[in-house]
Amino acid sequence: MFGYYLDLALRSLRRNKALTVLMVLAIALGIGASMTTLTVLHVLSGDPLPGRSDTLYYPQIDPRDDSGQMPGEEPPKQVTLIDGLNLLHAKRADRQALMAGGYVPVQSDAAAVDPFYTEARFTTADFFPMFGTRFRYGRGWNAGDDEAKARDVVINGELNSRLFGGADSVGRSLRIADTRFRIVGVLDDWAPNPHFYDLNTGSFGRTEQVFVPLQTAMNLKLERHGSNDCWGRGTGGNGRIYPGDTCVWLQFWVQLDSPAKAAAYERFLVHYSQEQKALGRFVKPPNVRLRNLMQWLAHEKVVPDDVRLQTGLAFGFLLVCLVNTIGLMLAKFMRRAADLGVRRALGASKRALFAQLLVESGVVGLVGGAGGLLLAGLGLWAVRQRPSSYAALAHLDGAMLLVTFLLALGSTLLAGMLPAWRACQVPPALQLKSN
Amino acid sequence: MELRPILSTLRRHKTTAWLLILEIALTCAIVCNAVFMINHLLQHMQMPTGIDEHGLVQIQVAEVAPLPDIYARAREDLAVIRQVPGVRAVTLTSQLPLGFSSSNANIMLDPTQRTPSLNAGTYFGLDLVRTMGLRLVAGRDLRPDEVLDADVVLKLVAAGQTDTFAPVTVITQAMAQRLWPGGDALGKMLYLGPIGVRVVGVVAELARANAYDDATAQYSMILPMFMGAGKDQSYLIRTRPQDRQTVLKAAVAALKKADPRRVVTTQRTYDEVREKFFENDRSMAGILVGAIAALLVVTALGIVGLASFWVAQRRRTIGVRRALGATRRNILNYFLTENFLLATLGIVLGMVLAYGINLFLMLHYELPRLPAVYFPVGAIALWLIGQLAVLGPALRAAAVPPVVATRSV
Repeated sequence: MFGYYLDLALRSLRRNKALTVLMVLAIALGIGASMTTLTVLHVLSGDPLPGRSDTLYYPQIDPRDDSGQMPGEEPPKQVTLIDGLNLLHAKRADRQALMAGGYVPVQSDAAAVDPFYTEARFTTADFFPMFGTRFRYGRGWNAGDDEAKARDVVINGELNSRLFGGADSVGRSLRIADTRFRIVGVLDDWAPNPHFYDLNTGSFGRTEQVFVPLQTAMNLKLERHGSNDCWGRGTGGNGRIYPGDTCVWLQFWVQLDSPAKAAAYERFLVHYSQEQKALGRFVKPPNVRLRNLMQWLAHEKVVPDDVRLQTGLAFGFLLVCLVNTIGLMLAKFMRRAADLGVRRALGASKRALFAQLLVESGVVGLVGGAGGLLLAGLGLWAVRQRPSSYAALAHLDGAMLLVTFLLALGSTLLAGMLPAWRACQVPPALQLKSN
Repeated sequence: MELRPILSTLRRHKTTAWLLILEIALTCAIVCNAVFMINHLLQHMQMPTGIDEHGLVQIQVAEVAPLPDIYARAREDLAVIRQVPGVRAVTLTSQLPLGFSSSNANIMLDPTQRTPSLNAGTYFGLDLVRTMGLRLVAGRDLRPDEVLDADVVLKLVAAGQTDTFAPVTVITQAMAQRLWPGGDALGKMLYLGPIGVRVVGVVAELARANAYDDATAQYSMILPMFMGAGKDQSYLIRTRPQDRQTVLKAAVAALKKADPRRVVTTQRTYDEVREKFFENDRSMAGILVGAIAALLVVTALGIVGLASFWVAQRRRTIGVRRALGATRRNILNYFLTENFLLATLGIVLGMVLAYGINLFLMLHYELPRLPAVYFPVGAIALWLIGQLAVLGPALRAAAVPPVVATRSV
């Protein structure tokens, strides 16, 4: 029976070619646009470290005075150097790392490579095990190297390719700001998106090429790169002068393996704030936050507004396309009311009629859905050609492919069922009477 | 035109008619808001900066090894650039209008104030007014003897000896208006934390580097601090618009000649700075235009399709009407009026929807309220498109000969 209905459907669709093309194109365009924007939204609101993100937390404390320089109840988004080092040395978490962004001149021993500037991360040792960075060669440094201000450096795979042609460069050296550093590790392709651990240097498509121990970098006064907020007498610093004691400019991350530990750590932050207040450093009553990675990203609203708006717009468009197709399909079925009336009078059940019409509208929906998938691929390609920082990330993954399929199927059923159901309500006798 | 027959026909095709009304309503609502957003974006993109945009070029250099004296180096570099033919003026600045990377400060009128009066972009440098081509509306520019090296200022501030120097500033008219509404800003004091600064000049306009919000885009001030050479500082050169590329190349060459080891990280005209700043807005506006076009085309084609069906379905009825004396004009009018009725219903519904969408956008995306002028714009667009779309099928209907009435199907 299905084969026969399919044959009937194809005949009917061929009879109004322009209309069929219009219906298929409308569904395809709607699905293509929605899937493109939804995929971008999905990629941008994704988890940068799946499997690890729920044990990573971003503690915030409030060391500000009440001069009102930074209004609001929310504690600062970064920490001061003193608080960062205190929390780091307290070692109350399973792992902890204090870090800041940098922008450093790199020179290779190979004379052929001109000196160039690149983004750097000044951080303490736990950064690598805590964030689960994959190493191609070697490993990170340890806490002892941090304290010894060792001239160790970890570089990423891209820089390794540029300077050493991708060979194992562990033990070799490079110069940063005219100082010789020993390479201890080479990262595999590791670039979490969004760049969650420091959103000030851009949320997407950012990655550092060199990683230097924080205390070594500060000892050498390597130039930092990022944002700072000051109050009281604090000034943001300039060149090789770092921001003052009343400025926040470092990021502090901790790993807490269980919710109980997280609760204990929050109590520790309150306790620390009280202690600092007793010492006269803090002025305000304890004001702490302990958000995990995904909560932090949501709080910082890393997904650009434009992307949300575009998604809304695309779904609005899809809705118009669906209504359009349903309307046309229904009009088409109603035009054949006489045929349907005759079939009903000859004994076809409503169910049989419904099945026949559904096959016809289903074909339109299915072809439209497939076209939508193609258009989504094309749309994502177009997004990748755009200058936005997140452009390169726009790829269709398994989950989104499934969503696309479901969306296409849902649209098909909606666009198919409603007209089919409406049309098979035709009373047989009435249609036979006229004409 | 008699409306009753049209209404009674539509009553027989309720579902289809409602679907068409719904489609027109959705299109109308989205188009209204999209046109509004495009207008909003275009306005934002025309933001004035107050500087001589077509006569400025920017160069940033970074050193490979730490410099012994960044201030001496910056003065040498400025002297080197000044020698380049075609350079009318040159300065060192910490930021550029619409340059993204910004330095800002909270401004108070009283050092004991608990919440700041406003937040302003802080430009540090000497000779910025002349080099950028700013228009002074009151007072004067900063004098060279008032400008201190950053290290000196930072040390004094850190030591709490802020009363040992008496800094002065040039602010924008917008900022002056906000701080002293209706009053004269010249000679007034404002405070950056504990540091008091006296206003000596007011410029008409100077946009800040992070001018995302139109309301606060013109809150900027120039402070008398010389930052010295550094990767974040820019040499800003004023020249004639037609000389920009030559001057840019010559200045970069001269800087490289002075010290071949350094890295030039940025060299561009100011036009490129502006272009980069509004890149996302421009592409968003493009997407919105595309969406409007796609929506209108789909809706128009939908109307054509539906009208064609109805005309085909009513061929016999039309024949009978023609045989009974209706003119072609009557038949044409019938279909045009029918579409007009449907479009009007859709537009009314669409207006309500447009208002709802705008309320949602105001809540979530800091968009202003949709001005009432956009409602008639959307209505007229959809009426026109509806009438144009239905014209083809309606003409076909009008061409139905009366003899059809006599044929049996």
